[in-house]
Amino acid sequence: MTSTTSGSQTGPDREHADRIPAADDTSGPEAEALRDYFRQMTLIRAFELRAAEMYTRAKVGGYCHLNLGEEATCVGLMAALRPTDYLFTTYREHGYALARGAEPGRVMAELFGRTTGLSKGRGGSMHLFDTRLRLLGGYGIVGGQLPPATGAALAISYRTAPGPDSEAVMCLLGDATTNIGAFHEALNLAAVWHLPIVYVIVNNQLGMATPVEAAAGEPDLFKRGCSYRIPGTRVDGGDVLAVRGAARAALEHARGRHRPVLLETVSYRLRGHSVVDPARYRSAEETQRLREKDPLPRFRARLIDDGVLTEEQAARIDAETEQEVIAAVEFADASPPPALEILFDHVYATQTANTPYGLPGDPLPCDQPAPPAPGGR
Amino acid sequence: MAENITYRQALHDTLRAELLRDENVLLIGEEIGAFEGSYKITAGLLDEFGPRRVRDTPICEEGFTGAAIGAAMLGLRPVVEIMTINFSLLAIDQIINHAAKMHAMFGGQVRVPLVIRTPGGGGQQLAATHSQNLEVFYAHIPGLKVVAPSTPADAKGLLATAVRDDDPVIFLENLALYNTRGEVPDDDHTVPIGTAAVTKPGRDLTIVAYSRAAVIALEVAHRLEEEGISAEVVDLRSLRPLDRPTVCASVRRTHRAVVLEDDWLSYGIGAEIAATIQEGAFDYLDAPVRRVAAAEVPLPYAKPLETAALPNAAALTRVIREVLDATGFTPRPTPGRTRLGDP
Ligand SMILES: Cc1ncc(C[n+]2csc(CCOP(=O)(O)OP(=O)(O)O)c2C)c(N)n1
Ligand SMILES: [Mg+2]
Repeated sequence: MTSTTSGSQTGPDREHADRIPAADDTSGPEAEALRDYFRQMTLIRAFELRAAEMYTRAKVGGYCHLNLGEEATCVGLMAALRPTDYLFTTYREHGYALARGAEPGRVMAELFGRTTGLSKGRGGSMHLFDTRLRLLGGYGIVGGQLPPATGAALAISYRTAPGPDSEAVMCLLGDATTNIGAFHEALNLAAVWHLPIVYVIVNNQLGMATPVEAAAGEPDLFKRGCSYRIPGTRVDGGDVLAVRGAARAALEHARGRHRPVLLETVSYRLRGHSVVDPARYRSAEETQRLREKDPLPRFRARLIDDGVLTEEQAARIDAETEQEVIAAVEFADASPPPALEILFDHVYATQTANTPYGLPGDPLPCDQPAPPAPGGR
Repeated sequence: MAENITYRQALHDTLRAELLRDENVLLIGEEIGAFEGSYKITAGLLDEFGPRRVRDTPICEEGFTGAAIGAAMLGLRPVVEIMTINFSLLAIDQIINHAAKMHAMFGGQVRVPLVIRTPGGGGQQLAATHSQNLEVFYAHIPGLKVVAPSTPADAKGLLATAVRDDDPVIFLENLALYNTRGEVPDDDHTVPIGTAAVTKPGRDLTIVAYSRAAVIALEVAHRLEEEGISAEVVDLRSLRPLDRPTVCASVRRTHRAVVLEDDWLSYGIGAEIAATIQEGAFDYLDAPVRRVAAAEVPLPYAKPLETAALPNAAALTRVIREVLDATGFTPRPTPGRTRLGDP
């Protein structure tokens, strides 16, 4: 399933018309790469199931949104991204961090609120960040990531000419996030400033409980770039190779020409909006239908049919990834919780005089002038 | 007659009663219909009143809040739910630059009878962007009314008043209060905006608080009573307009004041209370006014850090003791002498 729009049918500017990124690269990857994708998808599945369990056991707090059903999208998109590209994501991002190369132990440790976590335990599930991986954040405010991601693309275009070696930005967002102002403002900026960015709408058909058609005036979300003449593509988010192909094409366009692209991946959220949502608004038949669309068994069967993977190899991958996730939980659990002395670390990057470092109820420091305190309190 | 119900139930029942009472009342917000609201305040209302009166929105806080303002200009009485006060920042231009200004700036020709319900509060490990207490942003703005009930009864009374009021009202709820219970009058109960309540009388010290903090203040005051310390609790209930006379009258009686607030210390609600007390009760004060507020840090996710940053009963109790000790106060442990209802 691939649909495209050039975004320029209605205007005199035909510039984009012959440069539509197409999802055609579904042939010829090494069998080894395919097995690796299967392995990554299996790891994400195991990680998310375990994260849900840890949440119900109160090891994980706050909100916890899972990528169950989205594994092929996670792996396909990350496979298309170069290590030098930048990634901005939403709060539903464990799978993207893992597929980008984050150690499962450090992701789990973030969920556990430990200093060994990706964001040192300060961000939790919704706010994974890793400079080394150029993962520039999970964002919990709907649409919050879009303008900063656009600005990251500005920084790239400021420093680098378009071309195959240019860096690019990938910015993920949910289907329902296409309805917020920031989406439209960001896309327009990227269009008029000619920025190397791929906006990926991860369409899991729902924003919490709201179906796409109930919330979007143009429910063909890949067309929503039309008013900014941003070309759009829709791809089956349950097909890891199709996703990778479409994302590669989009990134090539973005980096080669410094132009934004809109990519829509279509997948299914297998569970509720977050761990605590029982998804009562979905019927039993619907839930059953979703299980049949589960990308993981589909991919497994396809690889086995094609002779790329044997049952034994698949079973081994299941067992190994399960072990990896168990080790991740052990690592997180064994990591020490943060000491209270670091409460004020990182509030500011530059230390200045009279920064307030009081705990609740502390008297005001009215007597002694407070010097800047490097590194915190 | 009164019934013992949760804060959540009180809000739900009042919304339902107002929908029944006035055809111009309608509810607008994200996931308030089939999903029944993020915190289930609107449970069952879509079924009962239909999508015309209970209107789900796309995720577009600025858009639907502004649309509610426009509908109010034409005489509808929208009650908007913003999932949490953190997301109200996306609508703040419409609220502050438009809702708050229209009546005055257009010479009194138009009214904006709008209620924006939204919960604040930290302590749920939702991290820095989802745990804020931003009510002071709105309390600062002339043209807005801001209420922050701490009990189910006040939730009912203030919500009914807010819906019937002809000005934009920010109705602050709190994540930690939804499951708290209390007696609620089951008649047509209203509470005037702009009035505080003395929720426990006392002689030795005044605790000023609102929303969740007012519940903690009351608990602490009752506990101190057993030690012979008689603390009075003023629950502000309204942040704008602020009931300065009730605050000052209390401090003139008790001569000492401590503010408990969930927002950050600098420029917070407590700063306004302290300024009010120093101007209105300066000669009566035995000690400086103290504030117990949140540590000035984007709230960390990790539980131990989050807990350390937030004000709690222990910090309030400690500060009360410091204030009493500094003024040579000695407790008078006479059981029964200073119980609730015995001024
Ligand atoms: C500005 C803002 N409004 C509301 C919310 C609450 N909220 C969190 S996720 C969500 C739904 C988003 O749906 P979608 O964009 O489709 O992403 P998905 O969760 O399906 O991955 C909502 C309404 C929020 N976090 N930020
Ligand atoms: Mg969605």
